[in-house]
Amino acid sequence: MRRARIVLLAGAAIAVLASAYAASLVVSRGPVAGSGGLVSSTGTAAIGGPFSMIDDRGERVTEADLTGKPSVIFFGFTYCPDVCPTTLFELTALMERLGSSADDVNFVMVSVDPERDTPEILHEYVKAFDQRFRGFTGTQEEVDRITEAYKVQVERVETEQSYTMNHTASVYLMDSDNRFFGTISYHEDQNAALAKLERLAGA
Amino acid sequence: MRILHAASLAAALLTAGSALAHDYRAGSVEIDHPWSRATPPNANVGGGYLTLRNDGEEPDRLIGGSSPAAERVEIHTMEMEGDVMRMRQLPDGVEIPAGGTAELAPGGMHLMLIGLAAPLVEGERVPLTLEFEKAGSVEVELAIDAIGAGGAADAHSGH
Ligand SMILES: [Cu+2]
Repeated sequence: MRRARIVLLAGAAIAVLASAYAASLVVSRGPVAGSGGLVSSTGTAAIGGPFSMIDDRGERVTEADLTGKPSVIFFGFTYCPDVCPTTLFELTALMERLGSSADDVNFVMVSVDPERDTPEILHEYVKAFDQRFRGFTGTQEEVDRITEAYKVQVERVETEQSYTMNHTASVYLMDSDNRFFGTISYHEDQNAALAKLERLAGA
Repeated sequence: MRILHAASLAAALLTAGSALAHDYRAGSVEIDHPWSRATPPNANVGGGYLTLRNDGEEPDRLIGGSSPAAERVEIHTMEMEGDVMRMRQLPDGVEIPAGGTAELAPGGMHLMLIGLAAPLVEGERVPLTLEFEKAGSVEVELAIDAIGAGGAADAHSGH
């Protein structure tokens, strides 16, 4: 028992060291000048990082495309009956309330279900809410990379005839240097959410 | 409240079959206001929400459904666990206790219309057959509400 615990502890220590090493590799390889925000000395995990995906027009997109404007990023999937359309709908209402400063913010939905969410499907889906929404999808590896970078939980759940996806429902706010700025939670009061977006737009 | 209910019942009886009466009955189960939300184009799924009241002596169970608007209808539940939205199928359906209520509503249990033939359009009505263990099957109509109906940004509340 005791021995097992020591082995576990040693394993955990190795895992921590390995992930710290992996993180340092990602940071040192990060192509963005502003990615210094990734380095975390306090032990809290940094949110965000490099990615490469396909946008809803079928074009390659990376974190560099978001740099220069703050970003509002939501992870979801089009086979989602409730949380995803509700979130997009609420963001659309917030964009309206933000007025013209919403034009200076990237609004992105990242698919956690690339098997079903092609760029074409995502395109029609997000544009139905607001023309300013962009949809990102890609290969499973590309999706895994961005969800790991943003610490988004994703789980595939089998149903009798198909599957569905569990996922983090928070909206991520990133500043114009792609540094983590905050989140809007699913049940956040809409006035509080607007205040956050206003601060983000001014950041 | 009771008077209001009686009044609306009377109105429903007077204008039998009109849009006013949006509740149905199967055996001892009353099905109250089945509704859904409009879906964005290309969405393959839609939700289905309703309240089930059982005024009988025996529990009953909603075990499934079907609709010409979708390839299949499943019963799911959704919950927020921290920041994570989790959804799963309820293969045994939803129990409606004797004298009790079961509510299928956004943020919780719901019908999943999977493989939509066409987007659900606000203002339209979608036929739906509900399957109960004891009460058998009953045809209802889902009233399609706005895309964000029932959410925090929903301007018109109250169904
Ligand atoms: Cu569902």
